[in-house]
Amino acid sequence: MRKQSLTKTMNPGVLFLINYAVPIIFIILIAFAIPLSGLSGIYFIRELMIRLSRNSFLILALLIPVMAGMGMNFSIVLGAMAGEIGLIFITDWQIIGISGMLLAILISTPIAVLLGYFAGIVLNRAKGREMVTGFMLAFFMNGIYQLFVLFGMGNIIPISNSSILLPRGYGIRNTINLLGIRQVLDKLIPLKIGDILIPVATFLVIATLCVFITWFRKTKLGQDMRTVGQDNEVARLSGINVESTRVLSIVISTVLACYGQILFLQNIGTMNTYQSHEQVGVFAIAALLVGGASVTKANIPNVFIGVILFHTMFVVAPRTGKALMGQAQLGEYFRVFVSYGVIAFSLALYAWRKRVEKENERKKIMNYRKSILAK
Amino acid sequence: MKKKIQNIIENYGLPRIIIFLFLVFLFILTPFVGIRFDTSINDVIVRFSMNGILVLSLIPMVKTGCGLNFGLQLGIIAGILGAVISIEMEMIGFTGFFTAIGIAIFFAVIFGFLYGLLLNKVKGDEMVVATYVGFSSVSFMSIMWLMLPFKSPNMIWAYGGSGLRTTINTKGYWFHVLTDFLQIKIGNYIFFPTGTILFFALLTFLVWAFFKTKIGTAMIVVGSNTDYANSCGINVDKMRSISVILSTVIAAIGIIVYQESFGFIQLYMAPLFMAFPAVAALLLGGATVGKASIKNVIIGVFLFQSILTMTPSVVSNIIKSDMSETIRIILSNGMIVYALTRITRVRT
Repeated sequence: MRKQSLTKTMNPGVLFLINYAVPIIFIILIAFAIPLSGLSGIYFIRELMIRLSRNSFLILALLIPVMAGMGMNFSIVLGAMAGEIGLIFITDWQIIGISGMLLAILISTPIAVLLGYFAGIVLNRAKGREMVTGFMLAFFMNGIYQLFVLFGMGNIIPISNSSILLPRGYGIRNTINLLGIRQVLDKLIPLKIGDILIPVATFLVIATLCVFITWFRKTKLGQDMRTVGQDNEVARLSGINVESTRVLSIVISTVLACYGQILFLQNIGTMNTYQSHEQVGVFAIAALLVGGASVTKANIPNVFIGVILFHTMFVVAPRTGKALMGQAQLGEYFRVFVSYGVIAFSLALYAWRKRVEKENERKKIMNYRKSILAK
Repeated sequence: MKKKIQNIIENYGLPRIIIFLFLVFLFILTPFVGIRFDTSINDVIVRFSMNGILVLSLIPMVKTGCGLNFGLQLGIIAGILGAVISIEMEMIGFTGFFTAIGIAIFFAVIFGFLYGLLLNKVKGDEMVVATYVGFSSVSFMSIMWLMLPFKSPNMIWAYGGSGLRTTINTKGYWFHVLTDFLQIKIGNYIFFPTGTILFFALLTFLVWAFFKTKIGTAMIVVGSNTDYANSCGINVDKMRSISVILSTVIAAIGIIVYQESFGFIQLYMAPLFMAFPAVAALLLGGATVGKASIKNVIIGVFLFQSILTMTPSVVSNIIKSDMSETIRIILSNGMIVYALTRITRVRT
């Protein structure tokens, strides 16, 4: 109870340090790790370019629920699952190229809308603990996804292409080769600078999404969401349907995540049927938080700073682990630790500040009452 | 009649009833699919004795209103530390087992104290913070298992590797010391693990008795109404800290009993998701996010472990493929989602 003055009396410098502790720690870590890893500049830029094009879309999908005050949307995993189901179907039907990718998007959009709607309703029933619920929901839906893909496909849902089925005749194999759509978007508009391939089309898509989000903030719906995010009661009084606005924000986020996952997998070219989506939420959220976002505030620059910082760490950690300790495995564990640690730290910091602000508020009211009584 | 049924559903929750009926259905099916009933019963009892204490460890934190302990992994890590250190010291039999527990308690108190400090800072958001504290500590300890200077040839990688193995055998140290203690053999297939059950009963009794003492009662007051507790002059933060330490210590003991019965110490990423089945079992036993009792623990572990034992054997006999993992995921996580969406009370 003694540290209540956290936000009130601290000078701006300290406040800045606390607010941006995660990015600052990251920059320091990376500054040490890069020289130790011994990676060349060209390799480094190429890797970063790939990761920027691969991951930005998924992280951008997180922004809208933050606006609506629902925190980090751990249930974007549901969207990723929807995208994967679309990809399974187009691989089955052997439709390749851009048309295949578009078809995958077409198939998975209704699934993502449905899943998003479901997630929105569940999260509405768990107000105040959206994050932990969304997180558990992702785990739960992973089971349903397994039921659907591992036992339903080839059984109830017809799959004609036996090469993607397990030897037993039903259920999808652990890995699916997405050769048909591998990097079709990345290579749609070819541009090469030196040795580095620049995925122009992918970046255009990402830029479009950024424009869309900026525009969306200014629409009526976007404004409503921000009001809901600030205060549920105020929003309700001003005639906004809080529940459906919140559901809508999750639906949009889920659909975007679905596209993001398709974009991600077309870049990689192979799909781990049962694992590709599992870590989507954790890595996207960790990256966004590393970019300086918090549970209540996240914008587009946070996304790109986050991708660059977080994925630089991803690139260098195994090499640094090897250089320092002689074990690449060590770096592997280290980056998992950092992803989880960043989320733990940011969430704890946010919760702590929220509580302190609440206490301060209460104190203010108490003092006010006292002063009235004194009169 | 209709109202009565509605009442029952309201009281016990639809998922619990479905799961219970599913379980009854499985038991009825056993003779028809050619599975021995007594071996199934034996499996359930063994698993019950293995997991009981881990679930019990959730109780203190729920009682003081810290929510479901998704950071159970901290206790598990303390337990693993105790276990590997006791093996490093070449302690055998009951001495080894209790040395492991002693060391584990030492670490658990330290971890629990720090964890409690953190949870007091994030009141109201304990669960989501705890989840990630658990995850990050497991991954941090993965680094440590590689780097800590253990020497015992039974634990480190063979051929000059460094770091601990992913699984360490407890055979030759304290494997089954409790399980074989006063073991009762019924028929050819049922081995009743008296020692483990007794140990579980002892801890359950201690927890029950603790909540009858003055501190225990104060804790319950903190859990039911913080403002009231404050005005009674109870130090809320201190009570919460004690409950967190207690939970962590019991979890540490729980994982050692688990390893003793299971035969292996699982390191690295193995403990990552261990909190969820325990939480799900407690919820299945009728607990909610804000309320749990010993009764919930016993019923919950029994139901949950029965399902886990019965589904693979029964279902895979019917459809000739192993669905148990999928069912386990749906069941345990679905139960948790259900419980999280049920509470309307918002703590301030």
